[in-house]
Amino acid sequence: MATTKEPLLFRLPVLSHLRRSVGLQRGMLIAGLVLTGIFLLTALLAPVLAPFGFAQRFDSQQPPSAAHLWGTTVGGYDVLSRVIWGAQTAVLVIVIAVVLSLFAGVALGLVSGYLGGWLDRVLVVVADAVYAFPTLLLAIVMSITISGGQSSLWGGILSAAISITVVFIPQYFRVIRAETIRLKAEPFVEAAKVMGASTPRIIFRHVYRNATRTLPLIFTLNSSEAVLTMAALGFLGFGIEPTSAAEWGFDLNKALSDTTAGIWWTGVFPGIAIVLAVLGLTLVGESMNDLSDSRLRGRRRAGATTGTTTGTTAGTTTGTVAGTTTDTTTASSAASSPRGATESAAPGPLEGTAGA
Amino acid sequence: MSTSTQHSGTPHNEGPATEPVLRIDHLKVTFATDGGDVHAVDDVSLSVAPGEVLAIVGESGSGKTVTAKTILGLLPETAVSSGAVLISGSDVISVSPAKLRQIRGQEVAMVFQEPSTALNPVFTVGWQIAEGLRSHGNVSRKEARARAIEALGKVGIPEPEKRVDYYPHQFSGGQKQRVVIAAALALNPGLIVADEPTTALDVTVQAEILDLLRDLRDVFGTSIVLITHNMGVVADLADRVVVMYQGDVVEEADVATLFAEPKQEYTRKLLAAVPHLGRNSASAGLTERAHQGGEVLVEARNLVIEYPGRLGSPGFRAVNDVSFTISAGEVFGLVGESGSGKTTIGRAIAGLNKVTGGSLKVLGHEMLNVRERSFRPVRRDIGFVFQDPASSFNPQLTIGECVAEPILITGDRKGPDVSRRVAELLEAVQLPAAYADRYPHELSGGQRQRASLARALALNPRLLIADEPTSALDVSVQAKVLELFREIQAEFGFAALFISHDLAVVDILSHWVGVLYKGRLVEEGIGNQVMGGPKDPYTQRLIASLPVPDPAEQARRRTARRELLRS
Repeated sequence: MATTKEPLLFRLPVLSHLRRSVGLQRGMLIAGLVLTGIFLLTALLAPVLAPFGFAQRFDSQQPPSAAHLWGTTVGGYDVLSRVIWGAQTAVLVIVIAVVLSLFAGVALGLVSGYLGGWLDRVLVVVADAVYAFPTLLLAIVMSITISGGQSSLWGGILSAAISITVVFIPQYFRVIRAETIRLKAEPFVEAAKVMGASTPRIIFRHVYRNATRTLPLIFTLNSSEAVLTMAALGFLGFGIEPTSAAEWGFDLNKALSDTTAGIWWTGVFPGIAIVLAVLGLTLVGESMNDLSDSRLRGRRRAGATTGTTTGTTAGTTTGTVAGTTTDTTTASSAASSPRGATESAAPGPLEGTAGA
Repeated sequence: MSTSTQHSGTPHNEGPATEPVLRIDHLKVTFATDGGDVHAVDDVSLSVAPGEVLAIVGESGSGKTVTAKTILGLLPETAVSSGAVLISGSDVISVSPAKLRQIRGQEVAMVFQEPSTALNPVFTVGWQIAEGLRSHGNVSRKEARARAIEALGKVGIPEPEKRVDYYPHQFSGGQKQRVVIAAALALNPGLIVADEPTTALDVTVQAEILDLLRDLRDVFGTSIVLITHNMGVVADLADRVVVMYQGDVVEEADVATLFAEPKQEYTRKLLAAVPHLGRNSASAGLTERAHQGGEVLVEARNLVIEYPGRLGSPGFRAVNDVSFTISAGEVFGLVGESGSGKTTIGRAIAGLNKVTGGSLKVLGHEMLNVRERSFRPVRRDIGFVFQDPASSFNPQLTIGECVAEPILITGDRKGPDVSRRVAELLEAVQLPAAYADRYPHELSGGQRQRASLARALALNPRLLIADEPTSALDVSVQAKVLELFREIQAEFGFAALFISHDLAVVDILSHWVGVLYKGRLVEEGIGNQVMGGPKDPYTQRLIASLPVPDPAEQARRRTARRELLRS
């Protein structure tokens, strides 16, 4: 590898993954990034984008028209505005839920994994017990205990976020604990021990930074799960009042009776919003997961310029080097600048599939 | 490149009549990696005659293993190769997968480095040998079993009829390697590719496996391609040697010529770097134990260390009734094979393992029932160098931060004073001060081990424990690190416990040598006396088994070893 340090920008999780990707994996990552980008931008610019407020009422159940592009709901809300505002609620819940569970899970995992003993045993049993509950049931119980089921904007968002947090903490806890136990036996941790370093110093300076390297992956995958859990809570009626904030799950719930009456617009749009948000986050998470693993990562074929190359692997067909004309040049330029990635995403030497 | 023959045919064989078993022509292998294309093998040509042992030697990254894997078509998907690898007429590189399967096993077989991972733990060894037979034609269950027994007998496994039904874990390491060789032999291939076949084994076992391979050649006429980095193994077994460096063939000669008069500069350097038992001994000229006037830093008396067993089963006694002392300024070399307890002793002195019984006094502190809190102040006087330089540094910290870590922990110095001390230390181990800003993965293995030494010396310790510090390094790098270690020890004057399985390496550094065998200290004495005239039967066997990098001398040692074993 290069001895010079890469600029910080390219060592950031997502960008470094983008630079390393080729072919199909790159396409998936970019599709995910675009969807997630749209999702986040919508949330950020909701006040600008939405034609009406989320709690503004009009005539109920109007079909899509010039005044209401996606029609109105049975409660008289504008569907387009509700979907756009809903993105904001979703992002808020994701951020709060993931940040809370991240802090609690990482701290508990580090301490439990490094110290071991009875503390470790108790925490593992608790985590397993939480796992044993169906996620949604747990979230509902939490939601009821926190807010009594229904509440204001922040009350609702917090209760949704905390319910999700309770489900997620064991996941972070387990990953970090397993990583910590592995690192505990590494020679560099023993080296620190031999030097006489104190336990907190070993945990925070030596273990922490090495144990948290896989977190961006869980983080993205959990975000998509958070969207789903929140939508499910809303659908079941444990979400947020329609006057406090827009919430996709709640809107879906209200659209339930519309379907038999042939009113499709109230259900389809929030539904698509959920699907796309989850799809985008999952695509980012999954492709980052594959790209971080050198065994799953697809690579450009070596020496693509020489004409007489033959694959040597037993049985497997050699990668289809399709457009051999400008392959190497486009690929290398794409690799050097992430901006050029979008254009060359689809063609290029496709070597996406690796591993068994 | 010494093999630039333009004409096809058999360029390396004296007798043009014999068809070579293997011929490699202008082989190139390129890997796709994150850092761009890597040319692992760059234009290699060689051939192997029937009944010949060809050794391919080189340091890590020389392309020797990639060459070996190409012979069996075992390259990963990221590799692209060109050229020709001809095994009895068919080109492995371009042949169809079905034909390749036929060639594997029948024409050429492989012996892997690590016998414990090359065997599948859930099947009996007989099943695994028979698997190769069954996949090459219709063999009845009974016949396959008979041939598996026969193959096990060939490689010298006692009671093959019974042991054919054993699982891999019921064999010792050396026997497992025999089973792997038996599986390779099952179809009587003309060629065996052995990739570092003895590297994972102890010296005494290594000698047995080398004898076995030699017998195979002599009795069955099997050709062997031996991939190794160990010049002693080459001197012991090979007929002809190909030296590789960075994907290229540097030199090719028969074994006697290569060791006697190496032509290329690289080969000369490589041979000079190989530690040779009895040369360059640290204890040369000593008649009595040195440094006895100084303070006794470590004193073990009837030391016992046990690892707790599982519930109900007794613990494993790793160290049993061991007594020794290390005085100030002395280098104590601890030699032993795997499982002898040498690392356990080193770790116990550093407070990483608990002492079960007896007494171990480290810098005046009794380690039996020691409390971490009371021992922590003593730690600053103990430096520790770990075996694997790659994993003994926190990958998230720069080399400078890693070396500064012990200084920061004690809080002796602050701010610019720390970085000045780090620069000083790096200079002492001959690393440029600019390396302080690099991350561990940006350094080579040898450089990392120097940095590791710098870290161990950061607080001017009175005692340094080095646990196999050079066994993960290439010979040429090892030679430099050993030289550095010797200089620094002379300069700083600390006492050291030097742990290694390599007798020659221990002899280079240590004034006083202890030999461990199954947790017991069987012999101790002045380095060159132990190496030159061992008294304990185990030490005698150990030293006789060590191959020396000189074919003529090794042949003599081999006969001497046989006589020793017979008596």
